[in-house]
Amino acid sequence: MKISREEVLHVAHLARLNIGDGEIDPLCGQLGSILEYVEKLSGIDTSAVAPTAHAMEMANAFRKDETGRHLENQQALANGPDAEAGHFIVPKVIE
Amino acid sequence: MKLHELTIHEAAAMLAKKEISVPELCRAVFERIEAVEPQVDAYITVTKEQAEARAEAVQQEINRGEAGPLAGIPLAVKDLICTRGVRTTCASRMLKDFTPPYNACVMEKLEASGAVMTGKANMDEFAMGSSTENSAFKTTKNPWDPSRVPGGSSGGSAAAVAADLCLGALGSDTGGSIRQPASHCGVVGIKPTYGRVSRYGLVAFASSLDQIGPIAKDVTDAALLLREIAGYDPRDSTSVDMAVPDYAAALTGDVAGLKIGIPAEYHQAAGMDREVSAAVNRAVTVFRDAGAELVDISLPHTDYSVAAYYLIAPAEASSNLARYDGVKYGFRDPESSGLLDMYKNTRSSGFGPEVKRRILLGTYALSAGYYDAYYKKASQVRTLIKQDFAGAFASCDVILAPVAPTPAFQLGENTDDPLQMYLSDVFTLSANLAGIPGLSVPCGFSRQGLPIGLQLMGNYFAEASILKAARFYEQQAGVFRKRPNISGT
Repeated sequence: MKISREEVLHVAHLARLNIGDGEIDPLCGQLGSILEYVEKLSGIDTSAVAPTAHAMEMANAFRKDETGRHLENQQALANGPDAEAGHFIVPKVIE
Repeated sequence: MKLHELTIHEAAAMLAKKEISVPELCRAVFERIEAVEPQVDAYITVTKEQAEARAEAVQQEINRGEAGPLAGIPLAVKDLICTRGVRTTCASRMLKDFTPPYNACVMEKLEASGAVMTGKANMDEFAMGSSTENSAFKTTKNPWDPSRVPGGSSGGSAAAVAADLCLGALGSDTGGSIRQPASHCGVVGIKPTYGRVSRYGLVAFASSLDQIGPIAKDVTDAALLLREIAGYDPRDSTSVDMAVPDYAAALTGDVAGLKIGIPAEYHQAAGMDREVSAAVNRAVTVFRDAGAELVDISLPHTDYSVAAYYLIAPAEASSNLARYDGVKYGFRDPESSGLLDMYKNTRSSGFGPEVKRRILLGTYALSAGYYDAYYKKASQVRTLIKQDFAGAFASCDVILAPVAPTPAFQLGENTDDPLQMYLSDVFTLSANLAGIPGLSVPCGFSRQGLPIGLQLMGNYFAEASILKAARFYEQQAGVFRKRPNISGT
């Protein structure tokens, strides 16, 4: 198998996902077959090829550092699952 | 005359001459939705009340002589484009109740041009899929055969256009998500050059590949829509500051002397359906007979596009979708002890299986020890795919190819095997990796009556060239005049 149960669980932790016991083996199979398939890329010599991150040639696009109108605080909070006093509420982090 | 069957340019002409009114046109479309939507399931949200109010207001604009180019035209919008005050779900439980406080750039533009939104179209969750079966809410059916998929990820948009549930629609295309459903539903769809249309307010999947584009009943409509949504926007740092041509004016119908590249790798691909092959070959003949010059070209890295794409797109997705953490917007799992637990529970119950699979794949491809072998390698192959096109466009103006290897497949046929589904994207992924424009125009039907699309790809910002060639072909072939046999109960 191209990817082990331990690797799937490790990557799931990095991605902040829970994987149920019954899901691990199917995922090993599915991810494994995809990883086996993409293995074909190693047949191409890319030692002299620069990577492309973006299709278009572009430089950093900076805007001026100016104040402007943006979302009002209440608008920004409106879709939050829990908010209070102008802030998002999250579960307790420090005991 | 059934008003919902009108094209955009036909309806616009009738509205301008006051032969019909905007409320009348909208009423016809919503009556059609009421009758046929239960069989198609193209929409996640239908915005009838908002549309009725808007129709009255736009009619006033027309009466005052202040009408924009799309005044009164009812359009569907893929449900990953932010619409102020109208929930935008991305077909995900994660965003089931997300109501954007702002409009995407393309929505501002559509509003300014007078369009009336009919609703938000179904899609694969976060645009990840080729069949619209990955929606968390409903399964859209192909209007030509309800036992088949409409394609994806913009399957709701394409099905809505094909079934006359709107006059045109917006979709988005990251690896073929406009062109493939357009092909499967027998309508026209164009993925513009990367940077041609602002992505501001488009919920991100793979930022270096995503592009918004129109899905329409004919090529003229696609050209009209593209002109309205294209253009520079400083809020999208990858949008390109270049004048937008009048695409509709370029549709002269003349292809004499046009150099059409025929890539061997696309036409001799394994797994190609014979009827698709035959339909595409007939289209080649139509161009040749009209005086176009056929040029044999080679895109040697085509066979690597699926592998490169399914590393790059999931890698970008895993990063983009990290924002869904149950804090700022969207779903939060209420049963959690502590912050880390809340993140994991929220993401695990908020995302569907395909989205999780791609997040895992992308995280793996970017993780320590694997980055060079997977993500970097795929990015280098992307360079080679780009260079393939640069070489090809040195000897041709337009590249002619199939859109998908087969017509629309059965619902449920490919859901157990993700890799099999990915392989069906082989003809559309390269245009996204290279950033060039591509479109799908109907070129025939299989014996079972399923539409087949023809793909035309152009050089950077050469949308006018491929639209012009497509319009010529459409006039010659007349395929678009057929409609699916779907009617209300």
